[in-house]
Amino acid sequence: MTMIFGVPVQALMGQLLVGLINGSFYALLSLGLAVIFGLLRVINFAHGAQYMLGAFVALLLLTVGGINYWLALILAPLIVGLFAALVEKTMLSRLYRLDPLYGLLFTFGLALAIEGTFRWFFGASGKPYAPPSQLTGAVNLGFMFLPVYRGWVVIASLAVCLGVWLLIERTRLGAYLRAATENPVLVQAFGVNVPLLLTLTYALGAGLAGFAGVLAAPVYQVSPLMGSNLIIIVFAVVVVGGMGSILGAIVTGYLLGVVEGLTKVFYPEASNIVIFVIMAIVLILRPAGLFGKDA
Amino acid sequence: MSAPLLNVGDLQAWYGESHVLHGVNMTVAEGETVCILGRNGMGKTTTLRTIMGILRKRTGRIEFAGRDMMGVPLHHTARAGLGFVPEERGIFASLSVEENLMLPPKVAEGGMSVDEIYELFPNLRERRNSQGTKLSGGEQQMLAMARILRTGARCLLLDEPTEGLAPVIIDAIGEVLKKLKSRGMTVVLVEQNFRFAAKVADRFYLMDHGRMTAEFPVAGLPAQMDMLHRELGV
Repeated sequence: MTMIFGVPVQALMGQLLVGLINGSFYALLSLGLAVIFGLLRVINFAHGAQYMLGAFVALLLLTVGGINYWLALILAPLIVGLFAALVEKTMLSRLYRLDPLYGLLFTFGLALAIEGTFRWFFGASGKPYAPPSQLTGAVNLGFMFLPVYRGWVVIASLAVCLGVWLLIERTRLGAYLRAATENPVLVQAFGVNVPLLLTLTYALGAGLAGFAGVLAAPVYQVSPLMGSNLIIIVFAVVVVGGMGSILGAIVTGYLLGVVEGLTKVFYPEASNIVIFVIMAIVLILRPAGLFGKDA
Repeated sequence: MSAPLLNVGDLQAWYGESHVLHGVNMTVAEGETVCILGRNGMGKTTTLRTIMGILRKRTGRIEFAGRDMMGVPLHHTARAGLGFVPEERGIFASLSVEENLMLPPKVAEGGMSVDEIYELFPNLRERRNSQGTKLSGGEQQMLAMARILRTGARCLLLDEPTEGLAPVIIDAIGEVLKKLKSRGMTVVLVEQNFRFAAKVADRFYLMDHGRMTAEFPVAGLPAQMDMLHRELGV
């Protein structure tokens, strides 16, 4: 058996893949958080609940409406985004003028309310969601077997992250968003409907979480608490990448996923805390985060 | 005389609890360049910000092109034809020079084309792919003005365009203002640089403690010099 640093190649590659998959979810989720925080200055504690909503909407679309995975991959993020837009318009938007703490408390409360509602109706146990038939099975890569669906998760998340990055960095709408992140009042004085931009941005961030939720449904099980388990790690990713940094959120998401995976190989006992240790070190050495601008 | 393009009456405004405008009255005719003079902290910038609708705690009357602007939301003010160039210039660091230029949406036909703008400000063409805030202070001021000229705004609210700039740049800005005037642009200029203002403005208001205390045309300037030296300390 081939060994690298005294570890079988299969084990190393297997954990690398697990790390890359987890990293895919970290990247999608921290990207949404970063976009929302950048413009709205709201730390969106409901992000995990919105991720869970995406998975549940996909499950319900399938079981109630008979709508397949591929359609759900488009519909569920739209539904989650629409719900988020409604929440922003009717409630969250009233809190912008107050202390940022109110936005944090509101979204935290919202997360508890959503998760509580789903626990009431569906219980706390996970429900399986079968991957689509096109993505079952595994490919032999020579050094390991790659489950097709897991490969798809990595590709799909990379594509969406790249798409969102291009949207923000290369389009007119993205220029509005970047400018409004710096100086919303002036952008509005130029005639841009900034309140609408805020709503769309919150919907985009939540939609990304919903998309991650659908992707995750066949990998993990669909359960009301699936988001709250993940969201704490994602917050750490955002802090390491630098609050509000788009590229930082994406790169750090994949990076920390891989680091976590490798830690499982070399020092499994530390794998649950390695991300938080890195966060602590980054906060000491570079408080603005790896990609953040120094304040 | 036809109705003024901009008509401000008994305008009062507050920053929180602090009452900063105490009944501003001013009119600006179409195509006119009007300059508001006054010492620091007398409410000149606040007057522009209140007319633009950035400062919302306000009472009184603001009419632009015959339209009551008091209830108009901030993002509709620009569409009425008012363009704002803030004192701090407001160039965005996360946008390139060209992105900064293209940022404000067009509000009417008749604005300058990008080619015309680059002809007027050749430096901006050269540096169009640089980060907006990498420009020099003078170039940033040019960019802040240029991006409003693209939109087709009828009236430019221009806050201290010469502040902190070298004399040669100030001259260039003066040339731009004269060119705009020949195109029929209406300008409300806030300025501390009295010599600069005397070259470009048609009419002056003197502002003191949140209200206009004097008004005179550029022809009346020599007669006002003693008073201005006293009031402005120039």
